[in-house]
Order: sequence, then C-alpha cells, then structure tokens
Amino acid sequence: MASIQIEKLEKSYGHVSVLHGVDLNIEDGEFIVLVGPSGCGKSTLLRMIAGLEDVSRGEIRIAGNRVNDLHPKDRDIAMVFQSYALYPHMTVAQNMSYSLRLRKIAKEKIAAAVSAAASKLGLDPLLERRPKALSGGQRQRVAMGRAIVRQPKAFLFDEPLSNLDARLREQMRAEIKKMHGDLKATSIYVTHDQIEAMTLADRIVAMHGGVVQQVGSPLELYDRPANLFVAGFIGSPGMNFLAATYSAGSVILANGTRIALETVPALAPGESVTLGIRPEHVVVVNDGSGMQATVELVEPTGFGIILHLSLHGLPFKVFTLDRGALNYGSQISVRFPSQYLHLFDSSEERVA
Amino acid sequence: MKRSILPTIAHRLAILCYVAFALFPLFWLLKVSVTPNDLLYSEGVRLWPSRTTWDHYAFVLQHSAFPTFFKNSVIVATSTAVVVTVCASLSGYALSRFSFRAKYVIIALMLLTQMFPLVMLVAPIFKILSPLGLTNSLTGLVIVYTAFNVPFATFLMQSFFDGIPKDLEEAAMIDGATKFIAFRQIILPLTLPGIAATLGFVFTAAWSELLFALMLINGNAAATFPVGLLTFVSKFSVDFGQMMAAGIMALIPAALFFLLIQRYLVQGLTAGAVKG
Repeated sequence: MASIQIEKLEKSYGHVSVLHGVDLNIEDGEFIVLVGPSGCGKSTLLRMIAGLEDVSRGEIRIAGNRVNDLHPKDRDIAMVFQSYALYPHMTVAQNMSYSLRLRKIAKEKIAAAVSAAASKLGLDPLLERRPKALSGGQRQRVAMGRAIVRQPKAFLFDEPLSNLDARLREQMRAEIKKMHGDLKATSIYVTHDQIEAMTLADRIVAMHGGVVQQVGSPLELYDRPANLFVAGFIGSPGMNFLAATYSAGSVILANGTRIALETVPALAPGESVTLGIRPEHVVVVNDGSGMQATVELVEPTGFGIILHLSLHGLPFKVFTLDRGALNYGSQISVRFPSQYLHLFDSSEERVA
Repeated sequence: MKRSILPTIAHRLAILCYVAFALFPLFWLLKVSVTPNDLLYSEGVRLWPSRTTWDHYAFVLQHSAFPTFFKNSVIVATSTAVVVTVCASLSGYALSRFSFRAKYVIIALMLLTQMFPLVMLVAPIFKILSPLGLTNSLTGLVIVYTAFNVPFATFLMQSFFDGIPKDLEEAAMIDGATKFIAFRQIILPLTLPGIAATLGFVFTAAWSELLFALMLINGNAAATFPVGLLTFVSKFSVDFGQMMAAGIMALIPAALFFLLIQRYLVQGLTAGAVKG
C-alpha cells in the first residue's frame, strides 16, 4: 500500500481544459471518494492516476515516486471499471489470475491467491464459468476479485456500482466498505452518487468544472460546505437556497423577513447573500409564529415525509419524520433554527 | 392463440423458391459435369442425364493443366488472404484505437481506391509490374490482390475492433500488459470471428478473380483456375463437360474453407449486435 500525491495536476485536450490544477494528498490506507456531476473531471483524474490518460501539467507521485511517464502496467495499481471489463474469453479464475500470470508468478502461488480472493468474495463455485454466464452482481465481484488478488499499491474504482440495481448496489457498497476495513488499502473511488460518497469515504473530494471544490470528511462536507456547489450537491433532498441581503448580524429575505445569525460574518451591510438550510433542519412550527408557506406537494417516503412548499413564490423543501405532516393544511408556518443556517456571499463562497 | 398457417406456408415457399433459384446454376454445373459428351446435346433439356460418367473429371485431372491451375489458385488465394488479414488487423486496430495526424486523410484515400472500376487500372498496373518482372508471376498477383483488398478488409476489421470495448485493453494494461500483449492476448482472441470473416471474404475474392489474372498472366505455368477455365473454350467449340468438372472441383476448396470458418463467420457477422 502506498500514499499518493497529486500536485497542480492539469489536463487539457487541445484547447479544452478539463482539469485546472488539482492538488490532493492521499494518505496510505485512506479511502478517498471523488464525487461530482458528470463532466466534472473526476473520471479523468482517476484515469490519469491509473496512467490511462497523459498528464498535461503537474505531477502524480505514488509511494513517493513520480509516475507521470510510467506505463499503467508499471504503476502497480488495480482498477475496477464501471463496465467491469472482464475478459470474455477467460473463465473467472483466469480473469482473476491474469495479472499474476503476466508477472510470471509461480502457479501454486497464483492458485492460492485466486482461491483466497474467491472465498473472500463468495466466488468459489463460479471459478470455471465465463463472464457471459454470470449475473451483474457476480461480474462486479469478479472485477473486485481481479483487483484484490494482486495486492497492489492502490485500488481505483470508476463508478463500479452504477450498473447494478438499487438493492445490489447497497449490498456491494457495504461489502466494499468491509473489504477496505480488512485490507486497509489506499483506495480512490469515483462516483456521482453522493450517498455512496458519504457512506464510503474517509475523505470526500467534491469536484465541479475541473476544480476541486472541497476536501473533507463526509460530515465536514455536510455540516460546513465550502461553497454553494458543495452545499447543493451533498445531501438529499438538496439544500434550500434563498436570496437575501445582509444587514448587521442578520439577513433579510426577499419578503422582508429578518433572520438573526449566530455568528457575525465579515460582510458589508446591504451585500447580497444566499441563505441555505437543509430540508431536514427546517422546523415546522404551525403556530403562526414562523414564516407562512403554502404546501404544494406531499411526498411520503416511508422513512419520512418530504413537503414541497412555496415560500412567497419560491420553491422550498422540508423533510420531517413527523407523520402528522401528512395531515397539514395548505398553509403552514416554518422556522429556521439559526445553528443550521449556511450563508454564502455573492461569489458563492461560505461566509457563515 | 391460433394463427393462420397460410402466411407461414407462403413465407417458407418464398424461401424455398429463392434457394432453388440461387442453387440451380450449381446443380446445372454438376449435371453437365457428369453428362457424357454424346448425350449433352442429344437428350434435350433434362434435369438429369439417362447415363452419368466421371470421364470429364478423369480427363481434367490427368490430361489438362488443371492441377497446376488449382495449385496456383490455392497459393495465390491463401497467401492473399493471410497477408491481407494480417495487414488489415493491424491497420484496422490503428484506425479503431489510435488518433494520429492524417488519420482521416488515410481513410479518405483508402475509400478512394474503392471507387475506380478495376479495368481502368489494368494498364498502369501492368506498366508498373512489368519492369519489376512481376507479370506472369504468382507473386505479382498476390501483390495486386493484396493492394486491392486491404482497404476494404481494413474497414471490416476496424468495425470488429470498434465492437470491442476499450475498457478491456485498459484493464489488461492495468493488469500489467503492454499495449502489444493486450492486443495479442485480449483483443485478438475476441476478434477471431472478424478475422475469420475477413479471411473468408478475401480468400473467395482472390480465388475467383479473373480480370487481373487474365491480364497479368500468360501461359499455363502461372495461370490460376479462373483463367484455366477459359482454356476449355477453344476457337471452334466449348468443352462444357470438362469445364464444368473443373468448376466443380474448383468449388471444393472454397466450400471447405467456408465450412471451416462458418462457425466464426456467423458469429462475426452478428458481432456487436448484442452487448457481451
């Protein structure tokens, strides 16, 4: 296992720049999740670490050694592809042992490594099958098995679960987490699914437009998003945003409501800001003391209830565990607890 | 649910008619080849002669230059098929996987070569090959056939390579393979159907090519069998029996070849239709 350092990494295709100077320090044994919408450069970054894409500028170091110009085969990393990329003309056992055979490792050692990995993943009865004869979940396991037999310096995952159905995805997610707990292998995992990012990561790297937006533990990103993008991307249903104006320790919403802030940000009075609050943090008071809102839609999820509100014409969501919400009338009132407020300035950066 | 049987019958009947129409010339080839000369014109139009004979076959094998033609054709068609398939595999792979300068110029040029009627090119090609001593030689034929078959075969192979996900090679490289080993151990085995299809296509094309063989070859020593068949046409008569017997025998290698590769061929022509 090894640490990975990425310094001022840039990637451009001709004149089109897709990564604008990424810096990232990945500790030995850490599980890093690169998350962001499609086209944010997360897969490109992963493929550059793997050696499948050239580095335009900057540096990648694995275990302290610069690997910029190293062929993928010499980087000693394993990768799980979204399509699994199993070799169709080889059996499961041959698929798993291919990398070891290329390294001309003794047959007995290969057999031992394959059977160890197979039993860890429950693939023993399938070893002689071809990928064609496997289900999606089984193929996914074989792809994982192919990665772990090698004991590489690092594991790279490129959206490995996105071809599975929801239930299987949940199950595999837990297995990947368990496997990482056992192997303590440096892992970089690319996904666009923020739930996967939250549940798996030691640290999340949120990316947007080829730029790293925030690096931090899942709860850091959830509690203190660095900017509007991260605030909106992490969490489901997504954070509510309301345009407001700053005024001496409080913000004034477009409808004139004044909301006091817990901390005083470094802002000039009159500056326009965006107020953010997560749907699960909004409190329904229903005693007329809060802000009036119209209920537009009620979505029971079983676990809780999502209320789609209109707050003076602005769409607004509330998530509550209180089943009484099903019987609310068309008018309710809500309150924003000040400890849950997020404030972003006009350049979309967090100020409080 | 009970469905009307009539459309099914009509459908099968149509297929049957088509097959009969397509295979009838072959049947006629066989029929004439076993008809004794004295019955050929005397019996009128019959589906099968009242008496059959293998004399034509015996004559062709023993007293004509047909065995030489046959050998020449095997050499030319096999060499062409192998050389073209090897070249087309490499160039098709390059077109499918690499981006390089002038890629589209090369594709355009290759398409351009397919646009001319070959007759136009016979004279210049003769002019080129003649000083090199490559007329009247099997090597010359192989070179010409290869040149004309490589572009199409390249496009054919390219489409097969396009059908193989790029992920597989990338996975192989990450597993520790060089680009070439990934090509040989992962991509090539998966392209076998494509290779078989290309081999078969080029083999038949070279096997039955007449125009260049006729123009570039004179004399029996280097003649291929399509040229050889014409020797049965003399100034005053056509020896149909022997010609047909030679034709039947010339079909055998092509048929055998397709029998060998047909398993891959069917796979090959439908490859890419379903996701592996």
